[in-house]
Amino acid sequence: MAAAQTQRQTQSAGPTTGGLLAAYDRGGYWCELYGNGKAPLPDGAELARRLNAFSFAEIIRRSQQATREFMSLGVTFTVYTDKDAIDRILPFDVIPRIITRPEWQVLEKGVIQRVAAMNAFLADIYGKQKCIKDGIIPADLVLGNSNYRPEMVGLKVRYGTYIHICGTDLVRGADGKFRVLEDNGRTPSGVSYVVENRHLMQRTFPDLVRDLPIRPVSNYGQKLAEALMEIAPAGVTDPQIVLLSPGTYNSAYFEHIFLAREMGVPLVEGRDLTIEDDKVFMKTISGLAPVHVIYRRLNDDFLDPEVFNKESMLGVPGLMRAYKKGNVALANAVGTGVADDKAVYAYMPRLIRYYLAEDAIIENVDTQICREAEGLKYTLANLAKMVVKPVGESGGYGITIGPRATRQEIADCRAKLKADPANFISQPMVELSVCPTLINRAIEPRHVDLRPFIVTGKSSWVLPGGLTRVALRKGSLVVNSSQGGGSKDTWVLD
Amino acid sequence: MTKLLARFADCVFWLARNVERANSLARVLDVNQTYSYDTKGGRNWEVVLRLYTDEEEFNQHYEQITPENVLAFYITDVRNASSIRSCIRWARENARTIRPLISTEMWTHLNVFYEHLKGIDPADITSQSLSEFCAAVKEGCQTHIGITRETFYRDEAWAFYLMGQQLERADQTTRLLDVKYQQLLPKAAEAGSALDVSQWHALLRAAAGFHAFRREHPSQTTPEAVASFLLFNPRFPRSLLCAVNEASQALSSLRHEFGLRNGTLAQKQLRGFQSRLIDMTIEDVLGQGMHETLDWAQGELIQATTLLRREFCGAE
Repeated sequence: MAAAQTQRQTQSAGPTTGGLLAAYDRGGYWCELYGNGKAPLPDGAELARRLNAFSFAEIIRRSQQATREFMSLGVTFTVYTDKDAIDRILPFDVIPRIITRPEWQVLEKGVIQRVAAMNAFLADIYGKQKCIKDGIIPADLVLGNSNYRPEMVGLKVRYGTYIHICGTDLVRGADGKFRVLEDNGRTPSGVSYVVENRHLMQRTFPDLVRDLPIRPVSNYGQKLAEALMEIAPAGVTDPQIVLLSPGTYNSAYFEHIFLAREMGVPLVEGRDLTIEDDKVFMKTISGLAPVHVIYRRLNDDFLDPEVFNKESMLGVPGLMRAYKKGNVALANAVGTGVADDKAVYAYMPRLIRYYLAEDAIIENVDTQICREAEGLKYTLANLAKMVVKPVGESGGYGITIGPRATRQEIADCRAKLKADPANFISQPMVELSVCPTLINRAIEPRHVDLRPFIVTGKSSWVLPGGLTRVALRKGSLVVNSSQGGGSKDTWVLD
Repeated sequence: MTKLLARFADCVFWLARNVERANSLARVLDVNQTYSYDTKGGRNWEVVLRLYTDEEEFNQHYEQITPENVLAFYITDVRNASSIRSCIRWARENARTIRPLISTEMWTHLNVFYEHLKGIDPADITSQSLSEFCAAVKEGCQTHIGITRETFYRDEAWAFYLMGQQLERADQTTRLLDVKYQQLLPKAAEAGSALDVSQWHALLRAAAGFHAFRREHPSQTTPEAVASFLLFNPRFPRSLLCAVNEASQALSSLRHEFGLRNGTLAQKQLRGFQSRLIDMTIEDVLGQGMHETLDWAQGELIQATTLLRREFCGAE
């Protein structure tokens, strides 16, 4: 097997000389196309061969065409200034990222396992709280968590599913092994780009995708609608699903449009909904029509001003009453933010073992919990080597990357850590894997992560692949779109 | 049971209205440039301001009625909510809100169309380039209408699209006739002059009705015939009656095809208006005064919009 692979690699290495990838240097990192070798991995050989047939002029032309098309289609997020509304696209890199079939089989199982554990954890903390009594996780980390919602205690959700849509951020280290970096169990976004990137790729690079066994992604809307149907209140035979959006000013509005359209359901705002007799209705042209399932892209805080943020104009007063009575299903459930908390993340391997009696299929990145004396001590002693993250933030904000930080930044971080250790976790710096990426007139390595999307109603389904985010700035490890990240089409090969 | 959100119905309605408005405006500007000369041979731009009762707003932003100023006001000025750029901007904003409802083609076209208009500098629009620009706007609007006809799913939202489009069109035709009639009629006394006839033809062209009118009236052009054609010809798509017929039919479809039970007031009002138009002749109009009749018609159109939005869209 190994010999055969080597031979295939040697063969495929031939035509790369002089092509698009000829001068590519993965810079010592694990590369999604080359692994840690000099030739493309067997599964990437055909893609590399096809890429090498492109001239720089041609790939740049196609790349520009792709960008134009995203603008025309409005696959954009809107940035509002005082004067105008500016549409931006999430930068799209035209060189796809490949995941092999055996790799994907493991990842798929791994993320499903993780969601199962998170759901079991949520059912427990809003139920008997055995994990606290059994000393698996400190009580205050759960009950004192700002995302813990006491309103959820005792409320039953169908199939015990709290996290219907989960986005799990995976990274691959220098050893080529995938690890979980972060869970997103509230309102993870990005799935629209997975589908739109693929469609764009098929239109602009028919010669690159032709006849390759790429697993399709375009049935996401259907799968999501199926799961949402499953969780409708018992006894409702033809449930009305809606997607609840904060509105056109939200930066993810395109994704809300995309999902509503793919599912064929109304895209509503809080003002389109009303509660009567603890039931939810939407305001149509002929009066009130019942609503049974809400896929909400609104944080807990804003859902219901009667219960949460009183100032919220985006929510629906009385929604929680309807929810508690079981007259409406919410996806995701209220209060899932405890499970994807960065501090709780550190306990996930133990929670998986506790609830499922299995070891984690995908390991965590080794994590120090700074609220624990030992973790804090280790972190402070190794600050220059560690990545320190505040537990409450998202979007890559507030992170200190030790090996890249100035002395001043390290000192600031140390002060913050000492002042409020419970607010931080720390991890060794993961040398994220890279992908060949078109940068100006060259193909250069850029760091990537991977966010698979897991949809769960009665059971779980994983969209093949997921969103590959790429840090377009040279050397940057931050892939978030708010900080110079872009995306790539992600191919799971059969 | 309908699933069309009241808010979305309103958005579809205004999407259609704004495109129609931009379309009419481009036509009026183009025709005014090409065919309307005053007695000194200059183009009269004030008449366009009067057409849309925009004199006051124009004077807030501009000191003089010059061709450049009027064109800037109607084409690129974002302060004017009815400039071509603003109309397409609102059309696009409405389209963005209801994107899950409309076809990808409709959205993409409006998005690109607006991006194009956004890039136009007032200085680019001169007397020389106006006609070309107007042609591009008309083509953009008509492309939108064509795409919509071919791709928009024909559920309740389609009825609201048609109502918006047709009510706006009816309003535009009455305005056009009102102003031009007042402007041209005194000269009708000096009947027969070549200039005079060409101005009535210009009015027909502004409504895209010159050739259709010719087929009905191969030789003679009288003010009465032109007015009658624009008001009552049931086969000319931009006549008042034709537009009202279509709006009324769309409204009826909500009850008959989609089983809606509300909207009775709007329907009663629009049908009443429609049947009065059907019974009316040009002699009746001239008897009670052209301006008075058109004023009444505009009032009815405004009332139709108010009732529709109140009964279906939850507007106050």
